[in-house]
Amino acid sequence: MRVLRLHVNGDCAEVAAPEHWTLLEVLRYKLGLTGSKQGCDKGDCGACTVLIDGVPTLACLSLAATVEGKQITTIEGLVPAHRAAGGEGVDPVQNAFDKTGALQCGFCQPGMILSAKALLAKNPNPSLKEIQESLAGNLCRCTGYTQIYEAVVLAAKGDLA
Amino acid sequence: MLRLPKFEVKNPATVEEAVAMMMEIHGEARFLAGGTDLNPNMKHGLFTPERIVALGGIEEMFGVGFDESGNARIGAMVTLAQVEQHPDLRRAFPALCQAAKLVSSPQLRNMGTLGGNVMLDTRCQWYNQTYFWRNALGYCLKKDGSKCHVIEGGSKCVAAASNDTAPALMTLNAELEFATTSGRVRMPLADLWQADGIWNKKIPHTDLLVALHVPKPAAGSRGAYGKLRDRGSIDFPLFGIAVRLDFAADGSISDAALCAVALQARPWPLKKAAELLIGTHPGQASFNDAVEKVAMLAAKQCRPMPNIPGDHEYRHLMVPVYTRRTLHAAAAGEGPVHHI
Repeated sequence: MRVLRLHVNGDCAEVAAPEHWTLLEVLRYKLGLTGSKQGCDKGDCGACTVLIDGVPTLACLSLAATVEGKQITTIEGLVPAHRAAGGEGVDPVQNAFDKTGALQCGFCQPGMILSAKALLAKNPNPSLKEIQESLAGNLCRCTGYTQIYEAVVLAAKGDLA
Repeated sequence: MLRLPKFEVKNPATVEEAVAMMMEIHGEARFLAGGTDLNPNMKHGLFTPERIVALGGIEEMFGVGFDESGNARIGAMVTLAQVEQHPDLRRAFPALCQAAKLVSSPQLRNMGTLGGNVMLDTRCQWYNQTYFWRNALGYCLKKDGSKCHVIEGGSKCVAAASNDTAPALMTLNAELEFATTSGRVRMPLADLWQADGIWNKKIPHTDLLVALHVPKPAAGSRGAYGKLRDRGSIDFPLFGIAVRLDFAADGSISDAALCAVALQARPWPLKKAAELLIGTHPGQASFNDAVEKVAMLAAKQCRPMPNIPGDHEYRHLMVPVYTRRTLHAAAAGEGPVHHI
């Protein structure tokens, strides 16, 4: 066991966890943050994508004991951050996914949204190719991706009324 | 759900501390860089170390720098995404940056490191499976068993080197800086490999790759990387080939290097094929003729085995195709080459 001090969604969480646990396991089974999904659990599907210091990272392949001191953002952190910045409702990228119907089962959506957030933070007006490349590590078995790309385009335009 | 085996995690601050932590226990210990290869392998029960020495806190292993002569030093912990996007590296070593760009997915390039990609474990479709799967098969030569499922009766493991950046670094004559218990050792990357899929390196896993040194390219040098894969992302190479072309003042090729990967246990330099290009002029018939000869010779020398996913006969048919396309891309200063 190790006592970890993790910075998750703007809060500092002190949590005791076995040293061999992944960040995903700590998020889901110690902190109750089940938005990050446990899919393939070996780096193929992207469903566990979180942002570590703003960079899309797979929580299933990150040891919790190696991410102390870094800023971790999960899907649960988007709405509080959006509202803390003066926004209303949900995060604009989440809103765009809703507006375009960019999900069916929804399992890949947290990872997709976080990959999209990181892209738009770096490049507010991406081309379709850039969107496709940025989401190339997130697999969706339902939608065929088209509406997911449309959601990112819509979020970039900001035309969400 | 795939669980990691129980281990303790050490977080050293210096290279020397890391090497000492590796050696001070009797059981197995492993260095952890980006974790994109070791962690899935541990989840499959392929490694069950008692200790993980995590390298993320060692400052010396980060950063990219050039000396006054233009030789590059790339820290082993520099991520593949950083290599791909580094403007000076892109200018100097296009094949390396193209190879880094084609590794796996964006998330794995954000995590995976250049040092980790060089030190990647070999891969085989009979090996990179869960413990349950391998147990049902009776295991294999590389791990826990004594039978090779690729070559009937084979006594030597043929698991394939699958690291995209290694062939590019081979064409660039890169050198590796290791920290060992007896001090620092520098060796050409070309001398690292041995043709044994179980462990395809001549150094023990307890030696720590600290940095990669890539000599300044010749003026006007060009390069490209070609990668055959099923999908446009995530996949390991089904065949990969790196090319470097140096040019004389008259525009003819003064030196060339080719290196292939995803065939057998080690990256495979194609020295005789590269020699056919010397003296030819890109844009003229001499180069096009030489490219055809090189493509045919590469097809003779590169014999993909049924050791990794993808039909090996199809992979063999793609050897001349990717060799040809990658040579033309390098000559034109373009690339990377991939069909999706």
